Amino acid sequence: MMLLLAVSVGVLFATGTYMMMRRSLVKLVIGLALVGHAANLLIYTGARPLRGRPPLVETGESVPPAPFSDPLPAALVLTAIVIGFGIVSYTVVLVKRAYQDVGSDDLHDYTKTDCA
Amino acid sequence: MIVTLAILIPMLGAALCVVAWGHIRTQHAIGIASALGLCAVATTLIYRTSVDGTQVVAMGGWATPYGIALVADRFSAIMVSLAAIVGLAVAIYSVGATARQRASYGHVPLVLAMIAAVCGAFLSGDLFNLYVWFELMLLSSFVLLTLGGERPQLEGAIKYVALNLFSSIVFLATTGVIYATVGTLNMAHLAERLDALDNPMLATSLGAPLLVAFGIKAAVFPFFFWLPASYHTPPPVVSALFAGLLTKVGVYSLIRATTLLFDQEQVYVGHAMLVVAALTMVTGVFGAVTQNDMRRILSFHIVSQIGYMLMGLGVALTLADTPGAEDAAALAMVGSVFYIMHHIVVKTNLFLIAGAVIRVRGTSDLKSLGGIVSTHPFLSILFLISSLSLAGIPILSGFWAKLVLVRAGLEAGAFWIVGVSLAVSLLTLFSMMKIWTRGFWGAAPEQAAPAGEQAGGLGLAMVYLPIVGLALITLAIGFGAPAIYDVAVAAAADLLDPEVYIRAVLPRAVGAIPEVVEGAS
Repeated sequence: MMLLLAVSVGVLFATGTYMMMRRSLVKLVIGLALVGHAANLLIYTGARPLRGRPPLVETGESVPPAPFSDPLPAALVLTAIVIGFGIVSYTVVLVKRAYQDVGSDDLHDYTKTDCA
Repeated sequence: MIVTLAILIPMLGAALCVVAWGHIRTQHAIGIASALGLCAVATTLIYRTSVDGTQVVAMGGWATPYGIALVADRFSAIMVSLAAIVGLAVAIYSVGATARQRASYGHVPLVLAMIAAVCGAFLSGDLFNLYVWFELMLLSSFVLLTLGGERPQLEGAIKYVALNLFSSIVFLATTGVIYATVGTLNMAHLAERLDALDNPMLATSLGAPLLVAFGIKAAVFPFFFWLPASYHTPPPVVSALFAGLLTKVGVYSLIRATTLLFDQEQVYVGHAMLVVAALTMVTGVFGAVTQNDMRRILSFHIVSQIGYMLMGLGVALTLADTPGAEDAAALAMVGSVFYIMHHIVVKTNLFLIAGAVIRVRGTSDLKSLGGIVSTHPFLSILFLISSLSLAGIPILSGFWAKLVLVRAGLEAGAFWIVGVSLAVSLLTLFSMMKIWTRGFWGAAPEQAAPAGEQAGGLGLAMVYLPIVGLALITLAIGFGAPAIYDVAVAAAADLLDPEVYIRAVLPRAVGAIPEVVEGAS
């Protein structure tokens, strides 16, 4: 399981970065989304989650029975997913507007703000 | 309590503005009131941190390091007050210079939200919360940048958004790895645990991607391309806000990360920082020299100035392990802090002045400017004060900032960086004088450029008021340099002794902190 997660993180980072390097704006958005997922999965994997060991405290106890999964990374990932969703939605709209104005999906046509 | 208010007031202002959607005058009033409130809070914060020491608030009553803490030491307090000053200037300037349509899209609440996020970043005592504030700041800035949706804005925004998002993702991923390695996110606790790892190489490796992420935000040498591509595209008041605050959040984080968290191999990091600082200064100023538009020139100068701030930090870090060099290290850190204080005020003002020029002449392109001295002598004097200060002409604020940095560099024996900084200083003067001779001096162009949008007397007064105010602050920093210097010394003292920060957040002795649950490992 951990191996699978680790490999997924690597594959997501690699494909995401590759997509971001392309000239197409749509691929840039896809790349950003993929790299974002990779980061989220990395946090989750890094905390070494255990299958079927939720951090639930039994009645009369003060600590959950060991070993248990650390709940904090899940909370972090949840926050990061929400932020990531907002940002990717914004980027999609931005790319659409830019495409309407410039009439091209190719970053090489986006030269108006370049330094002459 | 007072620490929380620094975030709450602008946040509440933004929320009230949303309630008053469509009532633009009310929104402007709320904007100015919130900024004034923030100024009052910032003043109190400076007083409290200097009298009572570092202020810590555990949010929700959860004790540190488990809960999320807001921490204000003397450096944070200075940064918050600078944010308050910029916020007030921008809020007032917006009244006179924001097109009605733009204001109706929510310009004021976005400015307030961004200021709240910037203050949040300066006060956060938790690494993940720092990330959240970064994101909030970025999202507000994205929308402020693209509001209006003209083609250059959209093109600039794509470059800005892509690079900044990438840096956020690097930041987030690194935070995850750091948590997985040391099991905490509270910055004071992190500082302790990273030292306790007793493995400087591992700690520095954990910190390196974080420095890259902050470096992108701060627009340092290899990562600065987004800044000159986007800063000149939005309305001038937004450029001024960005120029004053955004990159400085990156610099603040770099300073915190290297002095508090990853202080295991400071000498090595310091040398790398000095190389980056030199390259940032040089590329920034060369970029500025080749430009012919006021706002583009000023944008490149932001990059170059970030180099100076890192120079002080770098010199201080390289001296960390040298016995007997504490004074030189402290002096270098003071130089950085002083430079940030001077830079935020001056840079915001220069962008606001560029906005005023666009307002009276309809353009900021030097080729079609000229003769502003004869038509607007007062504005020209204001520009002269700020631009000469940026270049570092004696008795203006920039001179003292550079003097401290140069002296620290000489004491540390880092002669090459001193040489670079002085040469860059000359080029800065050259490019400021280029704006002066081509834009302000000389004869007005033959065919008068179409004048910008003209508003009533109140609008114009609201444009001049913040410019005059910021110019006065620049003069005050220049003439009252000893007092400002003392403030910077206090902030630098807090920065150079991480124990101050750690003990304020975690009053218990080292080792007495119970382990954070690590049942999973």
